[in-house]
Amino acid sequence: MSAVQTPAPTSPPDPRGADTAASGGPRMTERLTSRVRLDRRYLPVVGTFAVLALMLVVGGSRYENFLSARVVSNLFINNSFLIVLAVGMTFVILTGGIDLSVGAVVALSGITTASLLQSGWPVAVVLLVSVLIGTVLGLVVGLMVHVFDIQPFIATLAAMFLARGLCYVISLQSIPITDESFVALASWSQQFGDGWRVTTAVIIALVVVAIAFYVLHYTQFGRTVYAIGGGEQSAMLMGLPVARTKVLVYVVSGTCAGIGGLLFAMFSRSGYSLTGVGMELDAIAAVVIGGTLLTGGTGFVLGSVLGVLVLGLIQTIITFEGTLSSWWTKIVIGVLLLVFVILQRVLVVRRR
Amino acid sequence: MSTTAPAWQRATQHRLFWPIVALVVLLAVNTINRPSFLSIRLQDGHLFGSLVNLLKNGAPLLLVALGMTLVIATRGIDLSVGAVVAISGAVALSFIASSPSPDSLTTVLVAVGIALALSFVLGVWNGFLVSVLGIQPIIATLVLMTAGRGVAMLITGGQITTVNSAPYKAIGSGFWFGVPVAVVLAGLVFAAVALLTRRTALGMLIESVGINPEASRLAGVKARSIIWTVYAVCALFAGLAGLMISSSTMAADANNAGLFIELDAILAVVIGGTSLAGGKFSLSGTLVGVLIIQTLTLTVTMLGISPSVTPLFKAIVVIAVCLAQSPKVRDLVAARRRRAAPTAAAAAEVSA
Repeated sequence: MSAVQTPAPTSPPDPRGADTAASGGPRMTERLTSRVRLDRRYLPVVGTFAVLALMLVVGGSRYENFLSARVVSNLFINNSFLIVLAVGMTFVILTGGIDLSVGAVVALSGITTASLLQSGWPVAVVLLVSVLIGTVLGLVVGLMVHVFDIQPFIATLAAMFLARGLCYVISLQSIPITDESFVALASWSQQFGDGWRVTTAVIIALVVVAIAFYVLHYTQFGRTVYAIGGGEQSAMLMGLPVARTKVLVYVVSGTCAGIGGLLFAMFSRSGYSLTGVGMELDAIAAVVIGGTLLTGGTGFVLGSVLGVLVLGLIQTIITFEGTLSSWWTKIVIGVLLLVFVILQRVLVVRRR
Repeated sequence: MSTTAPAWQRATQHRLFWPIVALVVLLAVNTINRPSFLSIRLQDGHLFGSLVNLLKNGAPLLLVALGMTLVIATRGIDLSVGAVVAISGAVALSFIASSPSPDSLTTVLVAVGIALALSFVLGVWNGFLVSVLGIQPIIATLVLMTAGRGVAMLITGGQITTVNSAPYKAIGSGFWFGVPVAVVLAGLVFAAVALLTRRTALGMLIESVGINPEASRLAGVKARSIIWTVYAVCALFAGLAGLMISSSTMAADANNAGLFIELDAILAVVIGGTSLAGGKFSLSGTLVGVLIIQTLTLTVTMLGISPSVTPLFKAIVVIAVCLAQSPKVRDLVAARRRRAAPTAAAAAEVSA
């Protein structure tokens, strides 16, 4: 489907050269159109940024103390796990797949952390095990998708049920985390400047974003991810390692979900089998609002981060408003999702 | 089973063979666990027994899964059915609660009418996004899935609305000639859908749209109207399921009514052999799929395992069924069968 809608030259950054080369002569008009087409790729991200700025301006003009360092810091602190999830989800969606299992993996990783810490395992081992659980589940999903040709939707749905069921096997109750070194790690925070604050979770999230950005834009793996989304057949004919990459994106997403679970455990100081219900939808919504096409091939990690911030800001504004009930969050997210999806649709049609 | 080899082989090669085996095994486990499981008795002119309860509790899921089967046959998916279930129940119960005479048949009929009409409109909205705007089904219905529960909360004002109304209660817990009303309704809908799709050309048209919308359109099939109709019908069925669910508890719970029913429905459809890639569907397969999921849930409870662990078993069933249906495994089995073919042919000659 994606192969029909978006021909291969949508994948950045190499097609730039291909585009100008194909246009041949230095004719002004063609060069202009190719430049416009390039700009259009950034349009959804610019749109996300505009929405974010608009929300900040509206919030700042309506409420006191809204445009403060504290609010912005808290935006990152409260959404650090979602940022990590959205980063992983971006990889999967860029290849044209989807990962429904991340919410359940967050719960599994979180409850494993809590339960292993409760039984006295050393923190370093626990951190590693929790993240590896996500990696292994991601690998299983990737193999199901690639080797057995099961649709990503169903394979990750199965992984979601599997992870959720395993959570309940570990514990039905919420397990509090009391391990001293873990709590110390979770509650560490650094103040700087006028009210700015970062926690361990925020630093981890930002490191994940930085790594993902580097991998997507400066490595062969990243380019292959874009190429698969642009057209799997073409990527295969170009001799790119499609099979390996398709499995690896689910490993990346699973690992990110494992890290996300760890961050959520730091955030909530507990592990509970019901955490993260519907979190995969938040992550998908953030990625879509961040300008990534669900057909694959177009999108940016930083856009997804902006998408998470938009979702977080909706929550913040509704908290600041005070009189609005929490369910308005869902309605607003739904409406924003719709606006961005229609915007994307318009862009795709124009491009054709 | 038949004694001759060819008939036996034909049976094992039937699409529904393994799902039905799974169902029989589940029923057998229950019967061994509690010998009275299969018994049905007549009390006060009503049928009672575990099997009757199984069918009654499975009725809403069957309705949702039927709609989902048609949507999936057009290569789509509808994630919003759970939200529609919640909205439909919320609307009906809020209307009855606010009316002066909750026990009158007219009130209930009007409430049911409003709820079904609204569900239909929501389906038309989904269909519009998919068929006219050409948005991917997953994301188009994700919009309503996210916003829908918020809307349901808005309708109930964030409360769990409870009412007392005898005629409304009959939808979910009443009996009609000894059979639960919910089962009768679901059976009628099943029969109607089966007649419409298999005794007219409609089923074939739906499948043709699923195989290639563009080619069907060029061949004179009104692809757009068919896709549109399918989403509207799916939401209508979900609305009816919402009435049943809210009627059996007599409470509209915007947060939990129909939670995860979309996933269960998709699961049932996939277990029944309908491919998510569209183009072919099996209504009887969906029926078997629904029965498997309901029996599985019941079995887990009856065996004294915590019902929370059910997702784990669902995951195992899904993975097993998907692997059994995957082309790779089928090829492997076919290769083995081809090797065994000469002996089988010889056996057939002998028996003939």
